[in-house]
Amino acid sequence: MTRVGEVPCCDGPASHVLLRSVGLTKVFRTDGGPVHAVRGVDLWLRRGEFVAVMGPSGSGKSTLLHALGGLEPATSGEIWLDGQRVDGFSQARWAVLRRRHIGFVFQFFNLVSNMTAADNVELAALIGGASRRAARARREELFGELELTAQADAVPAQLSGGEQQRVALARALAHRPSLLLTDEPTGNLDSTNSASVLRLLSRSHAAGQAILLVTHDARAASMADRVVSLFDGMIVDDAPLPSVPPPRVTARDVLELRG
Amino acid sequence: MRLPLLALLAKEPAHGYELKGQLEQIFGDAYPSLNIGQVYLTLQRLEHAGLVRSQDVVQTARPNKRVYELTPAGRDAVATWVEAPSEAPRIRDDFFMKLALGPLAGVTDRLGLINRQRRHYLSVMRGLSRLAEATAEGNKIPRLLIEGAMMHLQADLDWLQRCQEELV
Repeated sequence: MTRVGEVPCCDGPASHVLLRSVGLTKVFRTDGGPVHAVRGVDLWLRRGEFVAVMGPSGSGKSTLLHALGGLEPATSGEIWLDGQRVDGFSQARWAVLRRRHIGFVFQFFNLVSNMTAADNVELAALIGGASRRAARARREELFGELELTAQADAVPAQLSGGEQQRVALARALAHRPSLLLTDEPTGNLDSTNSASVLRLLSRSHAAGQAILLVTHDARAASMADRVVSLFDGMIVDDAPLPSVPPPRVTARDVLELRG
Repeated sequence: MRLPLLALLAKEPAHGYELKGQLEQIFGDAYPSLNIGQVYLTLQRLEHAGLVRSQDVVQTARPNKRVYELTPAGRDAVATWVEAPSEAPRIRDDFFMKLALGPLAGVTDRLGLINRQRRHYLSVMRGLSRLAEATAEGNKIPRLLIEGAMMHLQADLDWLQRCQEELV
């Protein structure tokens, strides 16, 4: 097996690269002919890096995320995760890879409706290989961080959208994935709940979590280290955001109060 | 800045520094604070216009201070201002002009223009996010002001995307 280091890519040593795609494409066969959703994407994510993918709806950003997580097989191109080429993996091998290494958070929480919040999260840890005791400890730790301890025994229908998304985030992080993939995690939340989910994503990134976020929410994207813009299935911009924001930004940079 | 100063004076008479301090307290770090020179200049103009009057108050061990209060005309002006609906916001947009007219000046790389602008908006958004995080939850006026700025910026980014779809 070739190592990812043999393909020249981003700056810095190749061992710092967690996820990389080379010439990735995805074509959907439809009655109206082939739809080229992803057209040759070279993307990389360093260990611990937070990258946001923005683009209009239909630009292929969700398809790209699904392909990178093995939920939807790519048509051609390479995917490397942690130095291992994974694009040719069978569905069964992808499933193992996801259980061990990848966490997902979607727009519509996708919690198991007849299980408690705690069980939703502990199940993910158990499937990821944790013992019962470790799964419980991990869940308690995450619920503490995400301020969900009081909701542990509730079923999803008893929780607000914001709470459900925090449970979904805890579930995604339960097995300590090296990569968190998330698609519009704030898409179904009001402004206050969005801010709280974003704060948690940001805190998890600060603790070393690598995150690939697909979003049209500029506030979410602005938390990333880098923003990749997708258009018509291709990358049209790849911009590092300054780690130090412009000094003294105030609301007046955008709107002026009069009177 | 005329009407905000009148509004503050509608509550009670004050001197220039107090007015500046009150505005800073209301808007916090969400909005740049006023220049004290500008406050005094505005107060002078309001006095000329008959909307406020002032008198020197003698202070022991400190220089006299000039205290301003509303006149009846000033009180009417505030009431009229507060109650009238405001115009829809007029966003000044320099960028769209560049995008529309750039090709006339030989700048044909519209995607490049859009990408640079997006990067800039995102870095301002990042600054606003930090500002929002640093502003206590109970501080409702500054928090709402920052949230409003973020919503406008999101609309600007969406518009940028529409421009990209149609023009690139």
